[in-house]
Amino acid sequence: MLVAGLDIGSRTIALVEWDGECILREEVIFTGTDPLGNSRKLIGGRCYDRIVATGYGRHFIANHDLAHNVITEIKAYALGARQLFPGVHTVLDIGGQDSKVISINECGNVIKFEMNDRCAAGTGRFLENMASALGLSIEELGMHALSANKSIPLSSMCTVFAESEVVSLIGRGADSHHVALGIHNAVVSRVSAVVQRVGLLPQFVFAGGVARNLCIRKLLAEELCIEVYVPDKPQIVGALGAAIQAQNDLQRG
Amino acid sequence: MVELNTLDDYKQTRPQSLEAFEALRRENASILASEKEKGRRIIGAYCTYFPRELILAMGGISVGLCGTIDDPIAIAEKELPRNLCPLIKSSYGLAISGRCPYFVLADMVIGETTCDGKKKMFELLAKKDVNNIYVMQLPQMPDEEASLQLWISELRRLKTHLENTFAVQITDDAIREAIRLTNEEARARQAMFDLNKRVPAVLSGMDLVNITFLTGFQADRHESIRMVEAVAAELEEKAQNGYAVGTINTKRILLTGTPVGIGSEKVVELVEEAGALVVAIETCGGYKTVGLRIDETDLRDPIVLLAEKYLKIPCSVMSPNVERLALLERMINDFKIDGVIDLTWQACHTYNVESYEVARLVEDKLRKPFLHLETDYSQSDRETLRVRIEAFMETIDK
Repeated sequence: MLVAGLDIGSRTIALVEWDGECILREEVIFTGTDPLGNSRKLIGGRCYDRIVATGYGRHFIANHDLAHNVITEIKAYALGARQLFPGVHTVLDIGGQDSKVISINECGNVIKFEMNDRCAAGTGRFLENMASALGLSIEELGMHALSANKSIPLSSMCTVFAESEVVSLIGRGADSHHVALGIHNAVVSRVSAVVQRVGLLPQFVFAGGVARNLCIRKLLAEELCIEVYVPDKPQIVGALGAAIQAQNDLQRG
Repeated sequence: MVELNTLDDYKQTRPQSLEAFEALRRENASILASEKEKGRRIIGAYCTYFPRELILAMGGISVGLCGTIDDPIAIAEKELPRNLCPLIKSSYGLAISGRCPYFVLADMVIGETTCDGKKKMFELLAKKDVNNIYVMQLPQMPDEEASLQLWISELRRLKTHLENTFAVQITDDAIREAIRLTNEEARARQAMFDLNKRVPAVLSGMDLVNITFLTGFQADRHESIRMVEAVAAELEEKAQNGYAVGTINTKRILLTGTPVGIGSEKVVELVEEAGALVVAIETCGGYKTVGLRIDETDLRDPIVLLAEKYLKIPCSVMSPNVERLALLERMINDFKIDGVIDLTWQACHTYNVESYEVARLVEDKLRKPFLHLETDYSQSDRETLRVRIEAFMETIDK
């Protein structure tokens, strides 16, 4: 059996090739303006017994016969996180333009979830904009904040307002490390509230591209008083979940 | 068994009596206009608290007014705040732009102080001189004796106002006759809604929205009853020959919360595009009021009977609003519901807050999946809503 999961996100497309036991190949590329062409490129003409798509482009891809089935990101992250951490009960995913919290029962089924609304506050896109306002890359932002001994709170979580607030703080001579920590605190307090509403149970898995940010991880662990499990490659969890679904589809016949 | 693979499949096998409602889309306004020419008084209203029996009793026509489309919201936002319920903004935009034909035809428009947004919107509307606006003060603690007394006096005030304005007499006998007709309509509508207690169901959620929406603008209540009864009779017969919408495996959704009409039906549409079915709708215009009937043998003052009935409407503006939870529990059992979606129009505080209690009932007591959605009339969050709704369907094990 050889299956694939495709996660067509707003910023990136991830592919996971799965044989039922191991990940044989995983790739992440930018979505760009041609999600269909880029998905085709990722599949690269290989033959799979089944492809399942997830992410905001899932129906588009399936309608063009690149996938046999679709599942939502919610289910995909639940399946992927459980494959990597069998004891998982709560999943937080912060992706490019959305965030979600998923509660999973003993059998691995999703029992409850919350997503951010149409606004990108507190998502990867938010951090990206804040990083650029500070003249940093998204990779540098987390480390920059970690070295701060003080946090300057942000008064707005709106990406546009927060960006001008950051610029004006810097203009007034604020230490960029302190501002960076304030940005991370703002994101963490927002998502923590959502995690609490859905219900926090161990193991707590943090996935999605933003999980690569060490500062967010550290602040989350402090705020929620829980150990935060992060997959080695947090941005492929959705694609892995889609691949698991493909396997389940085949096994169910 | 007819399988609801797509909405198009379903349309091809739709009963003829359902198609009859499509004609209402074109005819409602022109029928109303010709009734007006004959000298009949037309009273427009926005809300189920509006005591339509008084209008019927004076020989008038009580008609619903438009407020379910997104487009006029931009017009309303020139004067109303953006962060306001879309139903209020849409109603206002349609009213001041003269784009709701029923509003234009109405001799009087009656509003109620149901929520803060509407109350203040009616004030602005009254100053516009676009129609004759009359507002009733709706009490909001339904279990208090003082509330009943206030509502009785508000009904009397309206009755006098109607009598003076239109130089008519509204007799007790005429009110009792109107009560009978309104009971009859509630019975007919409930009988039609109850068809969906069958598994599989026989009416899609989109049809439920369509029927309840279009009959709201009908001039003739008898005709409305006849059409609803025709649907029920035809579906009953077809069901015996195996007709159904969906299969026994179709996920059965109950929709509750703020009202939905044509133009604001996106959640119902998304549920059905995801292959599930909205089998019951507990909102005003839907199941919320069909069980509220006045005992026709009760010989007390008919105004008191009306006041008692309308105060029983389980709307979230009431405090406490325990009957809504009781109604939901009955419906979830009777309609064999697999999951509940609670829809809140953005900035509707009462339904938004009450959603917590609905969640406790559905999730904790009845152990059913529950999804709360807060949105407006725009299409901008359609894909985000689709993810939530599809993910919700994935959590329903069926």
